[in-house]
Amino acid sequence: MMSSKLSRRRLMARGAAATAAGFAGFHVSGAHAAGKLSVGLWDHWVPGANNTMNELCKEWADREKVDLQIDYITTIGQKHQLTVAAEAAARAGHDLMIFTGWAASDHARLLEPVDDIMADLVKSNGAPNRTAEYLGKVNGKWVAVPWAVMSALKPPCSRIDLMKQHAGIDVQAMYPAGSAPKADNWTWDTFLVAAEKCAKAGVPFGLPISQFGDSVDWVGALFQAYGAQLVNSKGEIIVKSDAVKQVLEYGKKLVQWLPNDVFSWDDAANNRWLISGKGALIMNPPSSWAVAVRDAPQIGSQLWTHGMPAGPKGRYAPFTSNFAGVWTFAKNKSAAKSLLRHLSSPAAVEKLVAASQGYDIPSFANLTTFKTWAEVGPPKGTLYHYPNPHNHQIASIAAAPAPPRIANQIYVQGVMPKMIARITQGGESIDKCLDWAQKELQGFKRA
Amino acid sequence: MPQGAAIASARGRRTGSSLSKAAKRRSTIAFLMALPLIVLITALVLYPAGYALHLSTLNKSMEEFVGFENFEYLFERETFWMVVWQSCIFAITAVIFKALIGFIVAHIVHNIPLKGQRKWRGMLLVPWVIPPAMSTLAWLWLFDSSYSAFNWLIEGVGGPRIPWLGETGWARFSIILVNVWYGAPFFMIMYLAALKSVPEQLYEAAAIDGAGWWQRMWFITLPMMRNIIAITVLFSTIVTFSNFDIVRVLTAGGPIDTTHVFATYAFKLGIEASDIPLGAAVSLFMFPLLALAAIVILRDVSRRGNQT
Repeated sequence: MMSSKLSRRRLMARGAAATAAGFAGFHVSGAHAAGKLSVGLWDHWVPGANNTMNELCKEWADREKVDLQIDYITTIGQKHQLTVAAEAAARAGHDLMIFTGWAASDHARLLEPVDDIMADLVKSNGAPNRTAEYLGKVNGKWVAVPWAVMSALKPPCSRIDLMKQHAGIDVQAMYPAGSAPKADNWTWDTFLVAAEKCAKAGVPFGLPISQFGDSVDWVGALFQAYGAQLVNSKGEIIVKSDAVKQVLEYGKKLVQWLPNDVFSWDDAANNRWLISGKGALIMNPPSSWAVAVRDAPQIGSQLWTHGMPAGPKGRYAPFTSNFAGVWTFAKNKSAAKSLLRHLSSPAAVEKLVAASQGYDIPSFANLTTFKTWAEVGPPKGTLYHYPNPHNHQIASIAAAPAPPRIANQIYVQGVMPKMIARITQGGESIDKCLDWAQKELQGFKRA
Repeated sequence: MPQGAAIASARGRRTGSSLSKAAKRRSTIAFLMALPLIVLITALVLYPAGYALHLSTLNKSMEEFVGFENFEYLFERETFWMVVWQSCIFAITAVIFKALIGFIVAHIVHNIPLKGQRKWRGMLLVPWVIPPAMSTLAWLWLFDSSYSAFNWLIEGVGGPRIPWLGETGWARFSIILVNVWYGAPFFMIMYLAALKSVPEQLYEAAAIDGAGWWQRMWFITLPMMRNIIAITVLFSTIVTFSNFDIVRVLTAGGPIDTTHVFATYAFKLGIEASDIPLGAAVSLFMFPLLALAAIVILRDVSRRGNQT
């Protein structure tokens, strides 16, 4: 855990200690919050991204005269998740905390409503996407603010040369830099044919079918593209449907063209697959592209991030959304909310996106056209379509629209990739697989 | 001296002397000397175990007492029974191979001239002294689908690529292999110590009586090593059953949950799926299995100790 001490107004602090009652009222007044504020943020994977966050926080802390303590918490080894769980159990810790997708709704009862902030942000940043709303709004109230940092889409990242050569698909023409996609024919059926051609050419698509996030995300988007829900928004189990059978049949066809060990791939395996030059396509945020540019420039310069294929029910793109929330037991709620507003302003978000080299994806409609995505390369424009600037696809999370407490279990336990694995590697019939899924899902409904 | 004061003084002397007697009693001294350990065990073992038991009786949101509902829930799940089965396969197979390899290597090292023996002992202990999470990462690279050195060698001689971690059979083989690689040196060093404690005269007498290699092994070496073998197997069974790092790093329980062991499954449910009571229930399930193994093995050791 890295700690960074920022602005310290000792005079104010001493004054607050001396006249506690008067200054406590001042803190609550909100407009010019003072006192101490402790925030727990994610330690960004992109080197240097934390520095920009520090600068933005310092700017705010100096202006608001707040003694600010930032703890950067790594996600490695579930340390961030454990910290959130520990703080929730102890009812003590940071004032402002970052939450991964499901965690905000999990801890909704311990989070301050932020409807006031969201109302203002919608005016300045545009409407949040449906996944942000699904995860951040509980019983009609926003419990946390969608947070761009380390939120990411996981669209296809293709090899321009290999896709053209073996599958006859020009991904740059389909998703041209600077203009709207021309991807009407880019469907899951086209995708299957391309997967077969690339596999036969010895450069198969690298798509994990395991319990790790990258796997659950792309398989979840595939299910949604076929309208295949396991549990509906009312919490009813509807896994034994034609749509689910249809998507499983599709999965069966696709898996035969994937590497034979995708069933245990972790979130780094697909990146290594692409960077090693062995594959023509993966589904991932641009971290794989950034590493390729650094470690294998000849491959990095051939990568193009673009939209997802469309299915019978639409074009869904996997989106992992994060949130920032204020604990109900926070000691300085007004300062925490003030910092949230500052860091969610369009100018601040643009700086954060630039610092992440385009990795971070804001959830708000007006914040998907920053110049960072248009300019980074090589090749120039490779990330232009990454933030979905033309609203060409629906940002989604696997297992939605099931109630989040059930969807969380479906997601974390990788039920959908497991279903595909069971009927392919496991050799199970689709009916038997559906029986298994039905039983698992019944268990997930426990309170 | 007034009478009251005299009685008080006498009582004081009696109390002082009984305290002093208590302090001199061997059991009191033994208790005081064991006290730091008792405190440590209470704080680090009994309290967490009790807390885990308490957690396992709560509902998912940890707000209501649900008795044994979490256990009932697990008993109804196909995946849980698969985890029980896999934990047994993993632990039993790995311990058997560790014991066998440790036994063979200990004999080989024992027969190396003393001059070079220390060097070999040191080298053979290397897998055991490297933190397993770190050495397992190296194994992960050896099994990796893109950069696997094993597959590179196999393909070099015209063989097919092996999905080391992607197919149930191979994945189980891989995690057992790494566990054996890591744990065999422990058996080796324990058996080597046991071998060195066998009096040489027994072998000499046996040789005079015309005993062959197998008879010396069966009637001298094995009986003399029996207790250390039992204790080592027990210790290793406990550690292997509760293994986490190797499975977590290599497969995280996949493919299709077919390599999960108790610890990784408990982590999956308790931490990753935010169902701490269910995770606690899974981890507690190890206790009766290990307690049974401990009772059987220790009773055997104790019986033989009484016989001698």
